[in-house]
Amino acid sequence: MVDVISFRDDASSQEPTVTVESFAGQSNATAVRLEPGEDARDLLPYLTRLSLIEVNFPVFGDGRGYSAARILREAGYAGELRAVGDVLVDQIPLMRRCGFDSFVPDVPLDAAAVDAALNRYPEVYQKTADARSPIWALRHG
Amino acid sequence: MYQYDKYDQAMVDARVADFRDQTRRRLTGEMTEEQFRPLRLMNGLYLQLHAYMLRVAVPYGTLSSRQMKMLGHIARKYDKDYGHFTTRQNIQYNWIKLEDAPDILADLASVEMHAIQTSGNCIRNISADQYAGVAADEVADPRPWAELLRQWSSFHPEFTYLPRKFKIAVIASTEDRAAMRLHDIGIELVKRDGKIGARVFAGGGMGRTPMIAPEISEFVSEDEIISYVEACLRVYNRYGRRDNKYKARIKILVHELGVAEYRRQVEEEFAHIKTLGIDPPVAELDRIRAFFADPPYETGLSDAIDRSDPDFALWVDQQVAAHKQPGYAIVNISLKPITGIPGDASSDQIELMADLAERYSFDELRVTHAQNIVLPSVRKADLYTVWQQLRGAGLAEANLDLITDIIACPGLDYCSLANARSIPIAQKIAQRFADPVRQRELGEIKLKISGCINACGHHHAGHIGILGVDRKGTENYQLLFGGSGAEDCSLGTIAGPGFDENGVVDAIEKATDLYLAQRQPGERFVDTYRRLGMAPFKEAIYG
Repeated sequence: MVDVISFRDDASSQEPTVTVESFAGQSNATAVRLEPGEDARDLLPYLTRLSLIEVNFPVFGDGRGYSAARILREAGYAGELRAVGDVLVDQIPLMRRCGFDSFVPDVPLDAAAVDAALNRYPEVYQKTADARSPIWALRHG
Repeated sequence: MYQYDKYDQAMVDARVADFRDQTRRRLTGEMTEEQFRPLRLMNGLYLQLHAYMLRVAVPYGTLSSRQMKMLGHIARKYDKDYGHFTTRQNIQYNWIKLEDAPDILADLASVEMHAIQTSGNCIRNISADQYAGVAADEVADPRPWAELLRQWSSFHPEFTYLPRKFKIAVIASTEDRAAMRLHDIGIELVKRDGKIGARVFAGGGMGRTPMIAPEISEFVSEDEIISYVEACLRVYNRYGRRDNKYKARIKILVHELGVAEYRRQVEEEFAHIKTLGIDPPVAELDRIRAFFADPPYETGLSDAIDRSDPDFALWVDQQVAAHKQPGYAIVNISLKPITGIPGDASSDQIELMADLAERYSFDELRVTHAQNIVLPSVRKADLYTVWQQLRGAGLAEANLDLITDIIACPGLDYCSLANARSIPIAQKIAQRFADPVRQRELGEIKLKISGCINACGHHHAGHIGILGVDRKGTENYQLLFGGSGAEDCSLGTIAGPGFDENGVVDAIEKATDLYLAQRQPGERFVDTYRRLGMAPFKEAIYG
């Protein structure tokens, strides 16, 4: 079993993912893996049948996956959105804000450290893919 | 000026705690330097040649006296008694100990300051016109929008790992005092049918591939600016090059896609993003705007200035700019004494400038991208007193926009990227042209020096630019002519083979001699260069 850090209420998907290319030809696959150079919008026609989208971060400094995640959530994708690869503890809060709700880092993370990172900042300045109200909304609530 | 509320303060305080923990983990060896590096960079902490350098954000270049005093305090307590004001309107401390960094951030937080995103591949400190709010020619004070952008960009989750760093400038005048079109995004606030909106430029920058930002949108309404900028960033984050660090800035993307295609993609993304409700309400802009309301100017003041002291009169002519309010003036304080280091100020000088602002300028100061300081609103009747105090502190050089008002990067004296020294070259040029009569005779000449191709000293945008390179182990200086970062934005052209450090000073002198001989009435150096072209200048310096 893959060791998944999950923030979902349901159980994490254990289905193996397929590439975007092979996914397009398979009508029954429900899990797909998106690489940094691939366009998340290619998946939009299939969102209702997908239960897992893995977004790969080959190196932590490649931030394309953050945009991919938001695009998928903005399009209404409600299934599991998983960040995999070079995922570091200080990135988890940013990824959560972009809509990721599960993580499989190459190097396992300390649960307490993840928890501390997620609770470090009291508020947020932007409206993004999570449900948090930005500071401007709190000011004018 | 803007004041933090409990939310802003809590975010900055959280950052201090965050960085204190990260530093502790590094010092105890829990974290390697490699793991620590991206984290410290997000806090503006660089490892330079000799020590850590801390870059402190001065949002849109505006400071209160209290904040300025704290900058002096930090210089005295944690550094070698001076600080360095930068071309990003920030301040850098060059001799910081890692173990002190969390305490410095805590001191900064106590006066509503921070070092968030002053480094790293993220949205950097937002810069603005240093005359914002007091210039007679602006359509609005650009700082409320800059503050709105500051908050939006702080800890932005999608744009913290961009292909490369990202710089935004906001102006609101047709005269460009902030090199707006040499930014990744430049915003010029304009008025259309009585409404304020943003004219947006994208893809400008200096570095090894300098480009002037083309216009991407002629008008974005003020309540959709955040959505529009977010669209610009998202297209860049997704498609900016990540295969080559030197081709990763947005200017390369805009250039390779073409302006029309980049614009089309931004418009498509914008049409989507503006449906998401990410723009703060106008009430938030109004809340911020209220902080930038005019100070209680006195009315009925005289515009007369007693010019009976000739040294004072010269300083007034060079350093004082027109203020929108009768009886007031904008004072430029030169941080370019002839034998000094461009942009450096001692703790005492920083504190004196803070005191002057408190007593004579409604508690406010500005940092300029040309590495000088501004007292934005001084009564004309107080100018003489202010000048006397500045003179007593070695801050009364009268050289604004003259050849000795040099922008220079830290260069090889400090920077691990540099190929050549910048500061000693600036000092040699300043000494050669030290005679104030000669400087004034030469008029406006913006001279800018970079110690490597990364162009932190803005050499591409200098009327005269100098680029230091390494040629087979010796420092070599290339000369450029014809650049400008102002509203007549242009990129300089390399004159030809480089010089050694004395040769480049001689060459500049030959070029300025040619200008004096050839100029037509009213022409600045750069105007004469543009009219005549490179050939006669080349002949003068190499002939």
